[in-house]
Amino acid sequence: MTVITHHDLPIPGTYMFDGKAAMKGYALNKMCYSFNEAKNREEFLKDEKAYCRKYGLTAAQTKAILDRNVLAMIHEGGCIYYLAKFAGIFHLTVQDVGAQQTGMTVEEFKKKLVAQGE
Amino acid sequence: MARVVGGLTTSHIPAIGNAVPREKELLNDPYWKEFFAAYPPARAWVQKVKPDVAVVIYNDHGLNFFLDKMPTFAIGAAPEYKHADEGWGIPTIPPFKGDPELSWHIIESLVDEEFDITTCQEMLVDHGFTVPMSLFWPGNTYGDIRTIPVQINTVQHPLPSPARCFKLGQAIGRAIESYPKDLKVVVLGTGGLSHQLDGERAGFINKKFDLMCLDKIVNEPEALTKLSIHELVREAGAQGAEFILWLAMRGVLHNKVTKIHSSYHIAISNTATGLLVLENAA
Repeated sequence: MTVITHHDLPIPGTYMFDGKAAMKGYALNKMCYSFNEAKNREEFLKDEKAYCRKYGLTAAQTKAILDRNVLAMIHEGGCIYYLAKFAGIFHLTVQDVGAQQTGMTVEEFKKKLVAQGE
Repeated sequence: MARVVGGLTTSHIPAIGNAVPREKELLNDPYWKEFFAAYPPARAWVQKVKPDVAVVIYNDHGLNFFLDKMPTFAIGAAPEYKHADEGWGIPTIPPFKGDPELSWHIIESLVDEEFDITTCQEMLVDHGFTVPMSLFWPGNTYGDIRTIPVQINTVQHPLPSPARCFKLGQAIGRAIESYPKDLKVVVLGTGGLSHQLDGERAGFINKKFDLMCLDKIVNEPEALTKLSIHELVREAGAQGAEFILWLAMRGVLHNKVTKIHSSYHIAISNTATGLLVLENAA
C-alpha cells in the first residue's frame, strides 16, 4: 500500500509540469520554443492562427493563445519557460503574467511581492 | 593538482541581464540600489582568488534544450559556448571560453562514479549561465576564464532530488581535485531563491524558508538534502526548486567552508534574490 503524506498532496495554485503535462502541451510548447528566433516571431505575428495550425495546436490551445490567457495555456499543458517566450512577443514581463494569473492589477501584484519581504 | 577554491551562488533573473549594463546609474535607483550594492564584496573575492576555471551549475530555460530531448544532467565539452536570442529581449553577451580537456576529465570521472550524464560538444548557454557570469565579472570581463557548463533539468518533472544533486556536486568536486594540472577552480550555482511564475500562486515568496536555506547550506547542507522536490516546490515555489543548483554547488566544496559574504533581497522581478560566497577551507 502506498502511504500518502501531506507532502505529496497537491499544492494549491501550482501545476507540476510532468510527463502528462509535457505530452498534452507538446505542440503548444514547441511553438513557443520556436519564438527564440526573430523570424518565427515575425511569422507568428503576420498570421497567428496559421502559425498555430503549422505547429498542430489543438482548438483549446489555439484559443488560449489568441486570448493571451496564460492560465488556460497552462491547463492545456503549457510550460511557463516556453510560454514566457510567447509573452515576450507582446513585451509582457513575468509581473504582467503573474498579475493576469492571480486576477490582480500589475501594481497590486508588485505590492504583494514587496509585502512578503516585510 | 587542480583545486576548488570556493563557490558563488546568485539568482539569475532575466531582468538583471537587462539591468547589468546600466548598473552604475541604477546604484541610485530605489528598485535596484540594494540589489547591486550586494555584489562588490563577491567581485572582490573573485579578484583576490583569480580563478582559472569556472564550473557553472545552472538550468536551461528552453534555449539549448527542448522537450524532444531533455537530459537530467548535461555537461558541456566544447571550446566555446555562445549565448543567443532567448525570445524576450535580454541582450546577448559575448561567448565564453571552454576547457574541453577538463570537461572530458570530469565526464570520465562522473561516469566512472555511475553518474551517466549527457555530453554536449555544442551548447548554447542561456540567462541561467550568462547573468551570473556578467554579475561576477562586470563589464563581461570573463574573457580569460575557462568555463564548464553543468546543466540540470528544472523544466520537466521528475527533477533530480536535492540529495542526488548534492551527490553530483560531490562527484564533480572529486573529479576536479584529481585533475593533474595546477588550476584554481570556482564553482557557481545559479537561480533561486523562492519564486513562482505560474499558476494562481504566482508571486509566492517565502522569506523564512529562504533564510533557513541560506544559513544551513553553509555548515549543514546535508540537512537540506533531506527535502523532496515536492517539499521544495511547496516551500520555495514552483521555480524555487532551482535551489537544487545551489545544493549541487555546495556538494563540490569541502565539508568545511568559510562564509565570505551573503545577501538576501525581496524582490527583483518575481524573485527573492540570494547571493552567497563560500571559500573552501584549506
